[in-house]
Amino acid sequence: MAAIADTVESVDLADVSLRDLNQRLHEASPAPRWHVAHPNGAHAVAVGIDADIEVEVDGHVGYYCAGMNKRATVRVRGNAGVGLAENIMSGTVVVDGYAGQSCAATGRGGLVVVRGDASARCGISMKGVDLVVAGSVGHMGAFMAQKGCLVVCGDAGEALGDSIYEARLYVRGSVASLGADCVEKELADEHLTELRALLERADVPADAADFRRYGSARRLYSFDVDNAGAY
Amino acid sequence: MRESATFDRNVIAEIQRAAREGIYDIRGWGAKRRVPHFDDLLFLGASVSRYPLEGYREACATDVVLGDRHASRPLELKIPITIAGMSFGALSAPAKEALGRGATAMGTATTTGDGGMTEEERGHSETLVYQLLPSRYGMNPDDLRRCDAIEIVVGQGAKPGGGGMLLGQKISDRVAEMRDLPKGIDQRSACRHPDWTGPDDLEIKIGELREITDWEKPIFVKVGASRTYYDVALAVKAGADVIVLDGMQGGTAATQEVFIEHVGIPILAAIPMAVESLQELDMHRKVQLVVSGGIRTGADVAKALAMGADAVSLGVGALIALGDNAPELAHEYAALGTAPGFYDDWQAGRDPAGISTQDDELAARFDPELGGRRLANYLRTLTLETQTLARACGKSHVHNLEPEDLVALTVEAAAMARVPLAGTSWVPGATSA
Repeated sequence: MAAIADTVESVDLADVSLRDLNQRLHEASPAPRWHVAHPNGAHAVAVGIDADIEVEVDGHVGYYCAGMNKRATVRVRGNAGVGLAENIMSGTVVVDGYAGQSCAATGRGGLVVVRGDASARCGISMKGVDLVVAGSVGHMGAFMAQKGCLVVCGDAGEALGDSIYEARLYVRGSVASLGADCVEKELADEHLTELRALLERADVPADAADFRRYGSARRLYSFDVDNAGAY
Repeated sequence: MRESATFDRNVIAEIQRAAREGIYDIRGWGAKRRVPHFDDLLFLGASVSRYPLEGYREACATDVVLGDRHASRPLELKIPITIAGMSFGALSAPAKEALGRGATAMGTATTTGDGGMTEEERGHSETLVYQLLPSRYGMNPDDLRRCDAIEIVVGQGAKPGGGGMLLGQKISDRVAEMRDLPKGIDQRSACRHPDWTGPDDLEIKIGELREITDWEKPIFVKVGASRTYYDVALAVKAGADVIVLDGMQGGTAATQEVFIEHVGIPILAAIPMAVESLQELDMHRKVQLVVSGGIRTGADVAKALAMGADAVSLGVGALIALGDNAPELAHEYAALGTAPGFYDDWQAGRDPAGISTQDDELAARFDPELGGRRLANYLRTLTLETQTLARACGKSHVHNLEPEDLVALTVEAAAMARVPLAGTSWVPGATSA
């Protein structure tokens, strides 16, 4: 995490347009620390940042907050709508409240933390991002998840990990059902080590030993007519 | 002996194949069945009531601007013929490079595909459209910023409503790395976007992309031809700068035969639906219309423009220009159980032309400089043919071609294209006989 500067650049979205905010965040050398007030559910807040900066959003945000983030740390003091941190490349995105559908969709790196619950399809097609949800997740979590880790401290809805590739899923609570080609796997020492590190990075107090691990059975990796019913 | 019209030899062969293999047939190319097409239209040309332009003396402009509705940097192309999205993965890296070379030589654009942007195609493409697909393979904000336009792919003509499948034999180390997946496994591409559903979400998604790229890039929305009137209206409402409309004859690298031949509508039928939708919204020529799916000749280009398109896009034709299905490779096609003119196993990765493959040895056969020159020649020919037809209709710009310049040879084509049956004033469905 970047060092926190003494000065904070304050932007009040009640007075300043979203376009102005994002344009300033995209400047060659943006201020290192930002406070965004009155987001009032605006979409695309703090998207496309590519800088070692910190952005604190004080309130609820709409769709795609921190989309395609690189390097920055974005914290939302509220709830986030659909597609939080979609396609995140690196950096950290933290939501203190709940997250809507498709949280961290297709994320390729970095860390996304949801302190509350995350709705359906969290981690869909994730490609390397680590996603830690302190609460529960809805149905179809980690659908077609390719790479990275999904940690669910609560319960997981139906069809967890449907059509999963190489992503690793850790769930502490119940799993309503597993999707096609997703199976429970051994929680070995290497996984415990990985999980502990993730929980620590996310600042989520939980005992790694309480989790179960899920991943791909790899039966759908090469199309086989005998598995057609699973598609 | 009498062959059954219902169970003809192709149907029998497919039943036998299905019984043998127990799985549907997957192949490349687009629809091969005969459908009403541009061949069923004719230009009237000039005569006493219209006068033509002198072929070698009077200019007939071909330039087009795409995406000036909202973007601060719209595309300014010298010809209204672009190269459609084809993935690195489906095509070799040298083939992608050649597409960029050919397009750049003619002052037009090429397009990435499902698999991300390669250095070869960015480096050799003066104007590059970057596709945002449901899979988001290779998607990243750096490439979003260094592209010239963004194309949100909702569907394609060969398979409206369908996703994709890149078979394991084409997943090389490089392809696998770009897609964040293991080498050698089948890579499924979803049919729906992971983070938006429906037109209201699409509007928000377009807004996000504009914010990420500071409102510089034109945003295209590509749809397969099906419920075109509504799709176009919804895409315009969502904020698209350009509509890309792909008919059922549009190519694919790998799709089920049953999907290719039985889903979607011909581009001839789709263009008038799109134009009607744009005109009703007072957006015709403000939101540009790019059409694809079976564009082969300058006549096809001219007819598409006359029907109201602003530009066309080529896929299969461009690959053939590069050298796909070349007769010089007849013996190698024979070894694969096929022949020049028939090879459509683009999914298999064994293309002797080195185009639809990820095999290093096969890909090395393909010369991207020569391929680029061949593509430029083809594009140049199409442009000259288009200008020839436009001049014959008295037009000083190819965009001045209009439906009034066209007639149809068949009742079906007249009804779909909404132009009169030749020799009559009858537009089936619009006027009485």
